[in-house]
Amino acid sequence: MYGDTSIQKPIEIVEPTSKEMAKLEELFQQKIEDDIKIEPQEWMPEAYRKTLVRQMSQHAHSEVIGMQPEGNWITRAPSLRRKVILLAKVQDEGGHGLYIYSAAETLGTSRAEMIEQLQTGKAKYSSIFNYPALTWADMGTIGWLVDGAAITNQVALSRCSYGPYSRAMIRICKEESFHQRQGYELLLSLSRGTQEQKEMLQESVNRFWWPSLMMFGPNDSDSPHSAQSMKWKIKRKSNDQLRQEFVDATVPQADFLGITLPDPDLKWNEERGHYDYGDIDWEEFNNVVKGNGPCNKQRVANHVKAHEEGAWVREAAAAYAEKQQKKQVA
Amino acid sequence: MTEEKNTTNKEWPLWEVFIRSKAGLDHKHCGSVHASDAEMALESARDVYTRRSEGISIWVVPSNAITASKPEDKESLFEPADNKIYRHPTFYDIPKEVGKM
Amino acid sequence: MTETAKNTDLTKKQALVQYAAQIGDNGLIIGHRMSEWCFKAPSIEMEMALMNSALDLIGQARELYTYAGVAGGEGKTEDDFAYLRDEEDFRNLLLAEMPNGDWGDTIVRLFFMSAYNKLFYTALAKSTDKELAAIGEKSLKEVTYHLRFSSEWLIRLGDGTEESHNRVQKSIDNLWAFTGELFTMNEVENILLDDGISVDVTSLRPAWDKIVSDVLTQATLVKPQNDWAQLGGKSEGRHTEYMGYIIAEMQYMQRRYPGCEW
Repeated sequence: MYGDTSIQKPIEIVEPTSKEMAKLEELFQQKIEDDIKIEPQEWMPEAYRKTLVRQMSQHAHSEVIGMQPEGNWITRAPSLRRKVILLAKVQDEGGHGLYIYSAAETLGTSRAEMIEQLQTGKAKYSSIFNYPALTWADMGTIGWLVDGAAITNQVALSRCSYGPYSRAMIRICKEESFHQRQGYELLLSLSRGTQEQKEMLQESVNRFWWPSLMMFGPNDSDSPHSAQSMKWKIKRKSNDQLRQEFVDATVPQADFLGITLPDPDLKWNEERGHYDYGDIDWEEFNNVVKGNGPCNKQRVANHVKAHEEGAWVREAAAAYAEKQQKKQVA
Repeated sequence: MTEEKNTTNKEWPLWEVFIRSKAGLDHKHCGSVHASDAEMALESARDVYTRRSEGISIWVVPSNAITASKPEDKESLFEPADNKIYRHPTFYDIPKEVGKM
Repeated sequence: MTETAKNTDLTKKQALVQYAAQIGDNGLIIGHRMSEWCFKAPSIEMEMALMNSALDLIGQARELYTYAGVAGGEGKTEDDFAYLRDEEDFRNLLLAEMPNGDWGDTIVRLFFMSAYNKLFYTALAKSTDKELAAIGEKSLKEVTYHLRFSSEWLIRLGDGTEESHNRVQKSIDNLWAFTGELFTMNEVENILLDDGISVDVTSLRPAWDKIVSDVLTQATLVKPQNDWAQLGGKSEGRHTEYMGYIIAEMQYMQRRYPGCEW
């Protein structure tokens, strides 16, 4: 099943001819059209598998690296209630990373391989996590905007054509609505607080607004892989569609908080029935993706450090298990 | 263990996790964990998959111990059952007067 | 409870407040340490495990502080205890505040503490104070799991590789001096003992020794012979050098923005 890669690629036993291949691809696409989920051991085009592994590992890495900015504040949370909420939330992110790694492993790529790619920079993670969490208000803003953007994405992904990914997303979405709510509630407390707290809130939103919009990826016109992913129903909505949904949902929430979103072009467009928003600074986005964000190096270095410091522990547990097995056989 | 030397990079084995969500229901597959032994797998499954009281019983099984049917055998394995409609209760006409059966 | 014997003597009510708070201190401080493992553990599964234990332990502290506030009758909240007391007001065991070190240090600390907690909460569940008894009963389930988790890890490390065996033996040797304090009584415990409210922790030692010996034997590890005990945290709020940093970090927001609602 999941761990047994030998039965995951049954087609490789016989090299199909190009004609057979075309037939397989046609059948595959038909399933997609009919909204029949693709399951691990079934035949799938190699490019579909690769696209999924890339997207899922990137998604899992984002969850795991995403623990860092918030983890930075657990020991400094201003009340015990906030502390346990934050702890539980950050822990959930680790759990979500695990659900997605687990789903990605059904495609025959081990977690160890995926983690190596993360640590060597071959695999990316969401660039939002390369921004620092500098104030307590950031704990609220991350929940409200970053998780809000992630949920918008993930709700769409829960209808993805690949069974294990779709199931992982359903589970994650169910758990994650608390993440956004706790963030918004935290910000509400600030909005009702002292002048200093209100300023802290506004300053935090100023920093996170644009990077949150960037989380949906390049504009549709500049997103080369999107069309194929939509055809395969890995993606169910385009980047710009999702971004618009997010903006439309968020603006009234910002009003309720009594803050100003840092975009002078943001206004309701009666004709479109949507909010218009200003141009995104894609140069900044590309820079952060390339590794020039404020925290890129720090995030990966932390991951590598934990991994290396844990090596002797993983080795010890494996050695112990091996000894026990030998004892049982003897 | 084939590579004696390279234990550091060797990943803990994969275990499939099955959870019974409440009394009276079957254990249902919900994902996997990496663990070096069965006890650790069980506890990790608890820590990862039952954070919101999702379970009252857990099974963990080494992933490589599972034998799965092959997708290409789907027709020969499962379609023969499709034409045995006489196995289903609705196949039989029983007069209403007889009552519930 | 109106009589105060001497100025320096605590009333039973004051003793009860301090007693609940000091049990809470153990949970909060070791919980704080466990939470520091966030994004640093040897695998994500282990991270999940440690953060679960942090949630359990901080959760215990919250209940105990809340009860201390109620018992005091001055309207103090859980956060008053966590955020508005100074280092010397905390009466946690020194063991709880010891740094995380490596995975072995953390496992040994959790193991020593959980073996103690299991016995302690078993006894507290029989306290004549109904609230404390209820908290004891609930906490017992959590610490029983911590004991299981840490015992198994101790055995894996002790009987794993040569490196892990040596490392974890060193962790045991280093932390051993902080285990004696677990079984000492302080002033408030003595005041509340006759009424059957507090636990006589001196009586827990034999059972604790047995749990520890059994696991260490299975782990092929050696119990240190030196029984010198480092004391001070629980009896008079005299902590290790590490404690000041925990408090500074934990109370950072409350100290920088006094009196705010968060």
